Amino acid sequence: MGARQRIVIAKPGLDGHDRGAKVVARALRDGGHEVIYTGLRRTPDQIVRTIMDEDARFVGLSSLSGAHSHLFPKICNLLREAGLTDVVVFGGGIIPEDDRSPLFAAGVRAIFGPGTPSTEILEFVESASQRDCGVGSQDDWHWGD
Amino acid sequence: MKLARQLTAIENGELEVEETKGLIVAITGPPGVGKSCLVDGILHRLAPATKVAVLAVDPTSPLSGGALLGDRIRLSVLDDDSKSESIYVRSIATRSSSGSMPSIVKGLASHLLANSFDLVIIETVGAGQSEMRCAAVATRIIVVEGPSRGDGIQAEKAGLLELADLIVVNKSDLEGAERVVNDLTISLTLTNDAPPIIRTSAIEGEGLDELAAMILSLEERTSSRRARARQQLLMAHENILILNPAFDAIIDRMCEEGIGVEEALRNLDE
Repeated sequence: MGARQRIVIAKPGLDGHDRGAKVVARALRDGGHEVIYTGLRRTPDQIVRTIMDEDARFVGLSSLSGAHSHLFPKICNLLREAGLTDVVVFGGGIIPEDDRSPLFAAGVRAIFGPGTPSTEILEFVESASQRDCGVGSQDDWHWGD
Repeated sequence: MKLARQLTAIENGELEVEETKGLIVAITGPPGVGKSCLVDGILHRLAPATKVAVLAVDPTSPLSGGALLGDRIRLSVLDDDSKSESIYVRSIATRSSSGSMPSIVKGLASHLLANSFDLVIIETVGAGQSEMRCAAVATRIIVVEGPSRGDGIQAEKAGLLELADLIVVNKSDLEGAERVVNDLTISLTLTNDAPPIIRTSAIEGEGLDELAAMILSLEERTSSRRARARQQLLMAHENILILNPAFDAIIDRMCEEGIGVEEALRNLDE
């Protein structure tokens, strides 16, 4: 098992479906990490504030409402503006294949769709924690690259 | 951002801080009694005039070492821009500590007081009748009770209630709250320095103005001084044990090689 990380699991935007976010939070907890869950319908500003206060190294964004292409890059930009350049961003939910490249370009390091084994998310956290792939990094690596 | 990083360093044992005197209030009580919602109500009333930091403690899994920290969800005050600037909230996992109050909380609270916070509120994990470790860190203790948690004999039992500097009976909008207040009041008539009891409803707002006003000027119960000193000593002693570099390895040997507790203790002393 890798080192314990502090991970924020967030639900941005007007999306009331949090079963997936809770399953991921639980899997990360069982993988030995400290997970801070934001609750539903958070704004990008609120999520960034939580990441800052909690000094989290990772943030997982869950969206099933179709607003990911707007919300995920916005959160990446706010993190960079706040100087939180070493925070690793990953996402999940219903994210169509065609939408993924722009999200990776915006700084998201992994997208996990339905059916992803929870062990894969733990493997991602361990890999990402060993490389310089925060949202401010020039490295264009992403999970499954 | 700097403050959050410093707190992480303290939590990980990489930064030592000197003790800073100030008001540290523990809010404790059973799971689901309304501690987080009461903290939200207090913050709404004290901020922005008072700078308040909240350390919200949730349990670490004894199996995986991970934790799910969910106290922030209830803090609607963080969405109010006119107040959130004077509030800092940090979720804390109990990690390797055996009790409900990890010893690093003392360092975290000291550091926050040294960084211009007027008040540090520690929201404990859901606490049973004898989880008194918060007395080692907090300068004042508020015990939260609620209706439908047993009969009148519960109010007579020894334990956490004896250390309370204030007792809050929350969920006063529900049936049975009045009876809990009566049971506690009767029980406390036999006590020399009985703490005040107030009724609140975090959901409807009853009693929250009173609670917020009281929190800044609560008097310490003199009879609990000895208990506080005792908890401080126990916490310090446990800390020495947990920080022993052989601690985890000995636990592994107890599981895998079946060595007994006495042999494990001898090994730790070496």
